[in-house]
Amino acid sequence: MSPPTPPASPPTLSAYRRREQSITLSPIEEPLEGGAETTDELLTLNFGPHHPATHGVLRLLVTLEAEIVRDVKPIIGYVHTGIEKTAEDKAYWKVIPVVERMDYLAYYFNAMAYIGAVETLLEVEVPKRAQYLRVIHLELNRIASHLIWLGTSALDLGAVSIFLYCLRERELILDLFEMSSGARMHTRYFQVGGVIEDIPSGFEPKLREFLKVMPERADEYGSILNSNEIILQRLRGTCPLDAETLLSLGVTGPLLRAAGNPWDLRKAAPYSSYEDFDFKIPVGTVGDNYDRFAVRLAEIYESVKIISQALDGLPEGPHITGDRKVALPPRHELATSMEALIHHFKLVTEGFRVPPGEVYYPIESPRGELACFVRSDGSSKPARVHMRDPSFVNLQALAPMTRGSYIADMIATTAMLDPILGGIDR
Amino acid sequence: MPDATGLELIAHDLGEAVIETVYFRERATLEIDPAAIRPTLQHLREQGYTFLASVHGVDYYPEEPRLGVIYELLDMSRVDRITVKLRLPTDSPKVDSVTNEWPTANHQEREVYDMFGVSFDDHPDLRRILMPEDYEGHPQRRDFPIGGEPVIFTYDEAKWLESRE
Repeated sequence: MSPPTPPASPPTLSAYRRREQSITLSPIEEPLEGGAETTDELLTLNFGPHHPATHGVLRLLVTLEAEIVRDVKPIIGYVHTGIEKTAEDKAYWKVIPVVERMDYLAYYFNAMAYIGAVETLLEVEVPKRAQYLRVIHLELNRIASHLIWLGTSALDLGAVSIFLYCLRERELILDLFEMSSGARMHTRYFQVGGVIEDIPSGFEPKLREFLKVMPERADEYGSILNSNEIILQRLRGTCPLDAETLLSLGVTGPLLRAAGNPWDLRKAAPYSSYEDFDFKIPVGTVGDNYDRFAVRLAEIYESVKIISQALDGLPEGPHITGDRKVALPPRHELATSMEALIHHFKLVTEGFRVPPGEVYYPIESPRGELACFVRSDGSSKPARVHMRDPSFVNLQALAPMTRGSYIADMIATTAMLDPILGGIDR
Repeated sequence: MPDATGLELIAHDLGEAVIETVYFRERATLEIDPAAIRPTLQHLREQGYTFLASVHGVDYYPEEPRLGVIYELLDMSRVDRITVKLRLPTDSPKVDSVTNEWPTANHQEREVYDMFGVSFDDHPDLRRILMPEDYEGHPQRRDFPIGGEPVIFTYDEAKWLESRE
C-alpha cells in the first residue's frame, strides 16, 4: 500500500467543504459598554484529574482568554505510590516487579533501566542470547506502548475505530508476552544477569506471524488517519516547539525527534546489543503535532525491523548468566547439587549483595530517556532507586507548547505528548 | 564518559570548587562545594555538556552530611556524560536553584524538595509536587518510616473523629 497523499486544496473542494465555507460567522461578542473588552477577561479552568483526555489522573489548571490558552499548570501526584521508597525496602531482585509498575505501558523498559544499573554495579556479564531476547521484548513493548498511544490519541481527536484496531494488534503482543513469561503485563521477565526463562517453542512462529501482520496493519492506520481531514487539521501546524527549547526543557524521545533532532540512545549509546541491528531513526521537520504523530507511527516499522533481525540472528547459548551468586540455579540442579541448593536458599532468602557505589543507567524508552539511578551501600537492598521518568520531565513542555493556541489544540497536544501518569507520579 | 584523566582535567579547571572526583564503573562524578553549583554547571555547559538529563536527591544516612543532590549532564555531540554531586547537612539543606539556566530542573528540583526537604534558593515556584501540599515530612529520607503513613478513607476518618470527641 503506498502512503496516501494529503487531500488537494482549493480547486477540488468537495460539496461538503464548499457548503462549510459558505457559512459566515458573525463576530462573537461586541465590546462591552464601559470600554472593557470580553477578551481581556481571563478564565481559569480546572481540567481533570478525572477527564478522559488527560490520559490518566493529570490535572491541568488552564488559564484561558476566550478560547486561547494563556497558561497551563500541571498538577500531579494523584497516583504517587512511593515506589522509590518501597524499592529501598526490598532485596535487589524483588525490586524488579515494583519498578515495572511505574510506567505501566513500558514495563520492560522500567525493568531494563533498573536491571542495567544493578548489572553495572555488579559487573555481571549478560549472555548474548539474553541480550537479544531483551531487545525482542523491549521492541515488542515499544510497539505495544505506541499502539495504546495511537489508539487513545485518535480517540481524543474523535476517531473511535482506530482505538479498536490498535487494541487488536496490542493483543497479539500481549499474547506473546504471556507465552514467554506467563504474564501479559508486568511480566518480571528480565532478571539480573539475563532473562528468567528461554522463549518456549512456538514463540518464534507466532512472533514471525506478528512481524508479518504488524507493518500491514500500521499501513492501514496510516491510510485511515492520513486521509482523515479532521485529524490532519487538528494535528498539522498545531503547537510546534523547536528542538532548542525542547532540549532546554530536558525533553527527549519522539517529541525531540519530531522537532528534527535525531537523538536516540539506541544509536548514540547502544546498550543490550542494539549496535548489532540495522534500523533508522524517524525524524520530523517542524515539530508540530503531526510530526509527533508521524514519528511514532514510523517507529513501529523500525521496531518490527529490529525484532526480525534479532529473531534471525538469535544466538544459541544460555539465557541467563552462569554466575550463581546473582542468578538462580536451574531447577533440576537443586535435587543433585548441594551447592546449588545453598545458592538457591541464599538468593531467595537474603538476595545477593551489591558492591557499594552509584550508577545512572539511561535507556531509550518509548517516551524518551528513561534512566535508573541506583545507589548501593553494600547490603542486599538498594539504598536509593530513582527513576528519571521521561513523562515527568516531558510534561514541563506542555505549557510552552500550548501557550497561545486554542484549547482544542491543547487536547491534541496532551495526547501527542503521551504522558503516562504512573511514570510521572511513581 | 570522560576517562579518569579527562575527569581530573575538568576538576583542575574548576579549582577549589571540587571536593572529590570519583571514577567508578566508567562513570565520572565530580563532588563539589554546594555554593559553587551554578558556576560549575555553567563551566561544564561551556565544555559541551549542554543537556541536563536529571536532577535527583539521595539520603546518605547515616553518613554526614546526609543529603545529596545529583545533576546528570550530557554532551550530545560527543555522547559523554558527567555527574555532578553535592552534599548538604539536614539542619540547613539549602542550595542555589539552577532553574533559570536549565528550565528542565524546575519540576525535578521540586521533587527533591518534596522528597528530601532540600530548599532551592531562587526557585520560581518551590512547592511540593508529588505529595499533598499540607503533607508533613519528607518521605524519601531514610529515617522516614516505611508504612508509617496512616491510610484514612473518608468513612473511617469521620468515625475516627467521632471516637475522639
